[in-house]
Amino acid sequence: MSVLVVAEHLQGAVRDVTRELVTAGRPLGPVTVAVIARDPEPLVAAVDVEGVAEIVTVPAGADEFESDTYQQALEALIAARRPRVVLLGFTVNSMGYASAVAAKLGLGYASDVHGVALEGDAVVATRSFYGGKVDAELDFPGAETVLLLLRPTTWPPAEGSGGGSVSSFAVEATPSRARHLRFEEAATGADVDITQADFLLSIGRGIGDADAISQFEELAAKMGATLSVSRPIVDAGWMPASRQVGQSGKTVKPKVYLAFGISGAVQHLAGMKASGTIIAVNTDPEASIFNVAHYGAAVDLFDVAEELEKLY
Amino acid sequence: MRTVVCVKQVRTLGDEVEFTDDGRDVDPDYVDLALNEWDSYATEGAIRLREAHGGEVVVITCGSKESEAALRRCLAMGADRAVRVDGVDGHDPIRVAHALAEVVRDESPDLVLCGVQSSDSVQAATGTALAELVGLPRVAVVTRLEPGTGTATVYRELEGGLVDVVEVDTPAVLTIQTGINQPRYANLRAIKQAEQVEITVRTAADALAASRVRRMYVPSRGNGAEMLGADAAEVARRIAEIVKERTA
Repeated sequence: MSVLVVAEHLQGAVRDVTRELVTAGRPLGPVTVAVIARDPEPLVAAVDVEGVAEIVTVPAGADEFESDTYQQALEALIAARRPRVVLLGFTVNSMGYASAVAAKLGLGYASDVHGVALEGDAVVATRSFYGGKVDAELDFPGAETVLLLLRPTTWPPAEGSGGGSVSSFAVEATPSRARHLRFEEAATGADVDITQADFLLSIGRGIGDADAISQFEELAAKMGATLSVSRPIVDAGWMPASRQVGQSGKTVKPKVYLAFGISGAVQHLAGMKASGTIIAVNTDPEASIFNVAHYGAAVDLFDVAEELEKLY
Repeated sequence: MRTVVCVKQVRTLGDEVEFTDDGRDVDPDYVDLALNEWDSYATEGAIRLREAHGGEVVVITCGSKESEAALRRCLAMGADRAVRVDGVDGHDPIRVAHALAEVVRDESPDLVLCGVQSSDSVQAATGTALAELVGLPRVAVVTRLEPGTGTATVYRELEGGLVDVVEVDTPAVLTIQTGINQPRYANLRAIKQAEQVEITVRTAADALAASRVRRMYVPSRGNGAEMLGADAAEVARRIAEIVKERTA
């Protein structure tokens, strides 16, 4: 049973999710980490963590991620190594090529996986459906290789030193049909840095409409909190992206995170679950945010907001 | 320019859940149906391209007859034609991509737009797999789209607020992120008109699924949150107390 992990890196640094994949893969079998980059050598040390048996460097034509490059490299690696399990992060980069590889090679496939196990020779993956309200075990009948995209921040990152052997693997690459031009920041001219706040009052879709924003701005000011938001508020254009908490926004770790009308999508939880104390107010008692909150109230958020205003 | 939009009728669960007899899915009596949120942004994006450059918008979905409601919603927004691929149900995105691929190929589109993911499955896989099966380049998680000649410049939203600006050869498949536009509401007249549109129905080609749900269940909630009661005044008082103690 062999495990292939594809390292994820950005602007010259290996991302944490790579070491999380090593932790997840280690119980399944010997872990090989592939590093695909124009110049992979400087990235090797960062992936040589405990549990890594082997590191394979794959020289590529581009500095940054390009989906065609990664697809060609992964296909060649699978053909040469025939791993039983391939682990990638459930990240924007992986979304650009992983399912293409699975569809082309007829692999077993699942993404946003938060549990992996072996039952005899069978790979069993656990993932959620229906807004996180149910979980399911998936198996992959007939698949020689199973490609799984694992949910970030679910496994602890592997630490230490692996002392894995290092080899190079050449891939014949065709020109990329989607080419990286440059990076930009989504939020420019930020008025406030929400990652520095000790106390965040955070609002989501549950506030209903744009008119409610000013009420919560005032409440936050009264309580001495910084106002942050979940994605739907930014999508609707009601608040700038600089205020957004979550995977595509900022990761925050305030002493207190007080959430109003946030149901708790996985991407949001990833950005705030490390907060010191989480308090959630949401009318849906089944909302996922109550799974990570320390305190919760399934009551009307406007009633609570009004009562809070009286106290400050 | 012809844009194909792939959409899904998603299922949402209420407070209660029961499972089917084989334990592999939720009992359909316990779900509500709706057009996937991401797909409404993709549809809006396609309609705006037609408004700017002419051409047509074709929406396709994969599922049983009841999924036609999603197509009619897109028709009411302004899509020109709709196709439903019958014969594939369940949660496997690779299987769905195979079913959509044949229709997409036959339409010879200039652009294919899909939502990044569906709200009920969150695999973020169908669009990228589809691109492979029809031999097109693709970019996933697009928040801005600038069509050019033979290429398009697209903005790919990475984690942590970083954006990757990418030049992609067209035709291409793009998966569209929420917030790229503000999807329009369909007016009552358009909704009524959409009910009359004939939807083309095709049968899915044979293909294997890449996964199988073995068992579905309600996960244990762990310790969960300490609930502060049902009285708003009391909840507020406790919140103020906790905030004072923990931010000190």
